[in-house]
Amino acid sequence: MKPDMTVNIAGMSLRNPVMTASGTFGYGQEFAEYVDLEKIGAFVTKGLSLKPRAGNPTPRIVETPGGMLNAIGLQNVGIEAFIAKKVPFLRTVNTPAIANFFGYTSEEYAELAFRLDAIPEIAALEVNISCPNVKQGGIVFGTDPKCAFDVVSACRKVTTKPLIVKLSPNVTDVVAMAQACADAGADALSLINTLTGMAIDLQRRKPVLANVTGGFSGPAIKPIALRMVWQVARAVKLPIIGIGGIMNATDALEFILAGATAVQVGTASFINPNAAEQIALEMENWLVKNNVASVHSLIGALEC
Amino acid sequence: MQFTSMILSNVEVSPGYWRMRLTAPQGFAAAKPGQFVMVRVNSAIDPLLRRPFGIFDVAVHTPAHAGAVEQPCFEMLYRVVGKGTAMLSDLHATDLIDVLGPLGHGFDLGPAAEEKLIVGGGVGLAPLYLLAKELVKQSQVRLFAGGRTRDDILCITEFERLGVECYVATEDGSLGECGLVTEALVRRLKSINCKASIFACGPHGMLNAVAGIAEQYSIPCQVSLEGYMACGVGACLGCVTPGHNHTPETPDFRCVCAEGPVFNANELGWGC
Repeated sequence: MKPDMTVNIAGMSLRNPVMTASGTFGYGQEFAEYVDLEKIGAFVTKGLSLKPRAGNPTPRIVETPGGMLNAIGLQNVGIEAFIAKKVPFLRTVNTPAIANFFGYTSEEYAELAFRLDAIPEIAALEVNISCPNVKQGGIVFGTDPKCAFDVVSACRKVTTKPLIVKLSPNVTDVVAMAQACADAGADALSLINTLTGMAIDLQRRKPVLANVTGGFSGPAIKPIALRMVWQVARAVKLPIIGIGGIMNATDALEFILAGATAVQVGTASFINPNAAEQIALEMENWLVKNNVASVHSLIGALEC
Repeated sequence: MQFTSMILSNVEVSPGYWRMRLTAPQGFAAAKPGQFVMVRVNSAIDPLLRRPFGIFDVAVHTPAHAGAVEQPCFEMLYRVVGKGTAMLSDLHATDLIDVLGPLGHGFDLGPAAEEKLIVGGGVGLAPLYLLAKELVKQSQVRLFAGGRTRDDILCITEFERLGVECYVATEDGSLGECGLVTEALVRRLKSINCKASIFACGPHGMLNAVAGIAEQYSIPCQVSLEGYMACGVGACLGCVTPGHNHTPETPDFRCVCAEGPVFNANELGWGC
């Protein structure tokens, strides 16, 4: 019998728990040639700001063993161009599109949330309070529970759509951050964003990235991500979207056991553009093979 | 498209430079000069990312067994620069690798009634052979190949076989003229008495010089760029390059993989 792959995140019903992570999937259309977008649970668009952002100078990315560092600097088209040029495509796809966004002040976050709330093609909002690559904003909100509470509260007031908050791992106590977001009215939490890292070119005696530091992602970060998802899932009663180095269905199912209701696939999409679709299919095959009737029964089912 | 490709041959053509021939699906025959592929050198997580390579040639492969069906194949010319390319050079005929492509926008061949001047530096010749193959069908073609030493001058015989007149320059004088190949390009431009256009691929310094020369002589120039990229499809935004309107205050970035890798030289910001 076909297993039940559906999950529910804050009232949003997904055909399966596999989403694509913000910043790794463009605005969806870039991947339409390679992925059947109607075989994945949802996709998250590149982080949006009020004004277009050009991002950082190059080099912006570098590979390291089992991972990569990026310092793109949140290059994006801005909300106006997003509505004019990217939203029409979202209308053509029968899969929830989640808009990731960020601001520099609580007011900016709230304005973006308000404007995105008015777009029927957007199924949910993901608040990015955790980008490590921009100097002001972003990370400031993501490392201080009080700031996080304020920014999430401001967004909550202006939207009735599911509100997901994306958490940074670059904190001492991720549970305190998660709790602050829950208290402010978040509907779900996604974690983890990238870890701040750097790479050095010995011969040139210079950092490899023009930005010096960047966000570390890929399979190398999975153990840290699993630990944080497990910690947050035990402490906070909100659905969790697990992110961090997911390359295959085994990785994805481990996050679900640790307490995630859904997962996001990020860096893997760079290597295999159809990674998310493949992972969803492999997960279903695993459930069949192991006589598990519903993926729901695995959420937080870790025995320890 | 994404496909599993079988290696047909993998040969070191000059110290540190390799030429690989691989099978491709039917649709690949439509690849344009200047397009590229993203290759996964193994299925492990180190190296994690694909590597971009220019398409050196597209041809037809006829397997050497009875009843065999012809299929497209393509070639890559690559230099061993790190772990990924070293692993690639260790692969043998019949090994399988995962390929994404053809990707990006290639060269615009331009009008037939003009002379085509191709400028390549070292492994920058990689996307220029398929280009020369198309251009000789309609125009007079000259190649200007430069490198530090004779080892960096690759596959010149193949270009000559197409009927391309080749000029070679090396910085140490070990092959052809001693000096920069742009000097030979300038000489040709001074003596030319018809319309011409330039196609170039190579190190940034060489491309910058070629773009300057093209501007000075008011002739169209297309350049093929390299960039650090993770995805090759315009999503990671790692490989951007400054456009001609770029300033730190009013940024103008172009995505090398999706908007390029071939650009009109005058679209780019060379001083940035």
